Amino acid sequence: MSVIVAKHLTKIYNPKTVPVNALRGVDLTIEKGEFTAIVGPSGSGKTTLLNIIGGLDKPSDGSIRVDNEDITQLSDNELIDFRQKKIGFVFQSYNLIPVLTVEENTEFVMLLQKRPKAEREKRVAELLDSVGLSDKKTKRPNQLSGGQQQRVAVARALAPKPAFILADEPTANLDSASASNLLDIMEKLNREEGVTFVFSTHDQRVIDRARRVVTLVDGAIGSDEIRGN
Amino acid sequence: MVDNVVRYYLGYVQIHHKGFWDDRTLENSFEPEAVPASLKSEMAMAPRLESFALASSGEVTRGVLVAGIDPVKEDEMTGLKGRLTAGQYLSMEDTAVLLAEGLGQLLNLGVGDTLIMVSQGYQGRNAAGAYPIKGLVKFGSPELNKQLVLLPLLLARDFYGTGERLTSLAVNLPGREALPEALKILNTELPKDEFEVMGYKQLMPELIEAQELDTAGAMLILWVLYLLIGFGLFGTILMMTRERTYEFGVLTAIGTRHQTLMGMLWSEAMMIGIAGAIAGILVSLPIVWYLHTYPIQLTGNMAKAYENYGMEPVVKSAFELWIFVKQAIVIFIISTVLTVYPLWYIWRLKPVEAMRE
Ligand SMILES: Nc1ncnc2c1ncn2[C@@H]1O[C@H](COP(=O)(O)OP(=O)(O)O)[C@@H](O)[C@H]1O
Ligand SMILES: [Mg+2]
Repeated sequence: MSVIVAKHLTKIYNPKTVPVNALRGVDLTIEKGEFTAIVGPSGSGKTTLLNIIGGLDKPSDGSIRVDNEDITQLSDNELIDFRQKKIGFVFQSYNLIPVLTVEENTEFVMLLQKRPKAEREKRVAELLDSVGLSDKKTKRPNQLSGGQQQRVAVARALAPKPAFILADEPTANLDSASASNLLDIMEKLNREEGVTFVFSTHDQRVIDRARRVVTLVDGAIGSDEIRGN
Repeated sequence: MVDNVVRYYLGYVQIHHKGFWDDRTLENSFEPEAVPASLKSEMAMAPRLESFALASSGEVTRGVLVAGIDPVKEDEMTGLKGRLTAGQYLSMEDTAVLLAEGLGQLLNLGVGDTLIMVSQGYQGRNAAGAYPIKGLVKFGSPELNKQLVLLPLLLARDFYGTGERLTSLAVNLPGREALPEALKILNTELPKDEFEVMGYKQLMPELIEAQELDTAGAMLILWVLYLLIGFGLFGTILMMTRERTYEFGVLTAIGTRHQTLMGMLWSEAMMIGIAGAIAGILVSLPIVWYLHTYPIQLTGNMAKAYENYGMEPVVKSAFELWIFVKQAIVIFIISTVLTVYPLWYIWRLKPVEAMRE
């Protein structure tokens, strides 16, 4: 089953002043259970692509279906609700709300969804366990390392059981040990629980661990390679 | 401040014979029967016969203000009895007088001494009398305190030879709010060509002017304060918003509606406003209470200026709940207004833009 079907995505920034062709007709289909890296040098359009897939930005042209829904047709509030239910986001850094604890950050989206307390507590415990941070649940983000913060971000993204997780250069600000540890956790979640991951990176060690590698060159797909590992 | 003077002597409204206020002689007095009986039953009125006299203690002679009064009604209206500092209060049948305390000192007279007064009575009659001093009364207004001699109305009539005539009727009202209605009734029911009806604003225009000036100054200070508070709050709220633009971007991205964020920001702003108002009240309460209990006594020129207006030279702060409530409401409104821009800022916030560093 395809969770993402993008056809001929085009994005032109500042079309009226200094037009920048960030995406030039990208076709991309992501199936459930994939562990896919979007790679390419800085400025190749990775962030732009992920933003459009995630419903954070609209394409200038082309269509995008997420979980069988044409998200370009949604109103602002519908789009926000859609992201809340269907998509887990992990950004490059500063994902967490500084005044909330690890636990509170993790349950945040479930709070927005007004899930019952017992369910939230159970889910938070289970998620923090799977990212290996059960002992840090009462800490605040500034008491954690960058790697630990990214793991909390993954836990938060997973909390509402989204269709997939989008991670834009999640390891960019991490040292290699933390990066490798984060990848371990993502891989484990993907293998054991079938969580779909789409992440961008330009770090070769991260690229090496992806099962599918989509390479962007100047806003267009240069290669799309599926590996057997 | 105004209430002070009004309550102590003038009354909120006075009825005179037409022209009396400009030319305060006994020739401008009136027969009380000319005032409709219906009015007298409708409003509490204190009759007065006021004029001037030379008062002497034998050694010292001074010009004084003489007021013939109904001791019972006067007390009801202005609490005169409570101002007694020595001796006893008057009754209508007495042939004795009350002396303002300050005047007693100037004339060197006390309770039991005799006051000699000479004046010109009604229609050119001679007026002269010697009266025992039954008591001393203290007035806050230094002008009154240095000049006033109070006689029972009957005695004052004898002294001036006016018969039944009065120079004024002071009308007692429950408060300032009742004034417009009372003026309306009096003006319609009293013959216009015979009487003048004056509210306290006309009775003491200088005081009202001084008070308005004072109020305008205070308002200016207040608005400058509001402005300062406003800028302070605005800066804080704006910082609170701008600083967290990235955070708000993340929150919107992961599915927080703008309305939710706006509600959050609004309640934060309100909390700051409320905390500020509470802190302000807590800090000011003791000061205001202190100035209320121990008013500042003015000295020197300031004191003189106050005395010229017939006011007590003190600054006393009002200690009333509604003042605090009013200011708290103002702060609440200021916070609400100042939150409009930050709210609008959040309303148009786009996650992608907010998170671009
Ligand atoms: N908001 C924007 N306005 C104008 N140009 C932009 C904007 N965002 C990205 N770009 C441009 O679009 C191109 C692709 O950017 P981006 O998607 O961020 O690439 P990557 O994430 O691969 O570094 C770059 O040339 C970048 O400068
Ligand atoms: Mg990028």
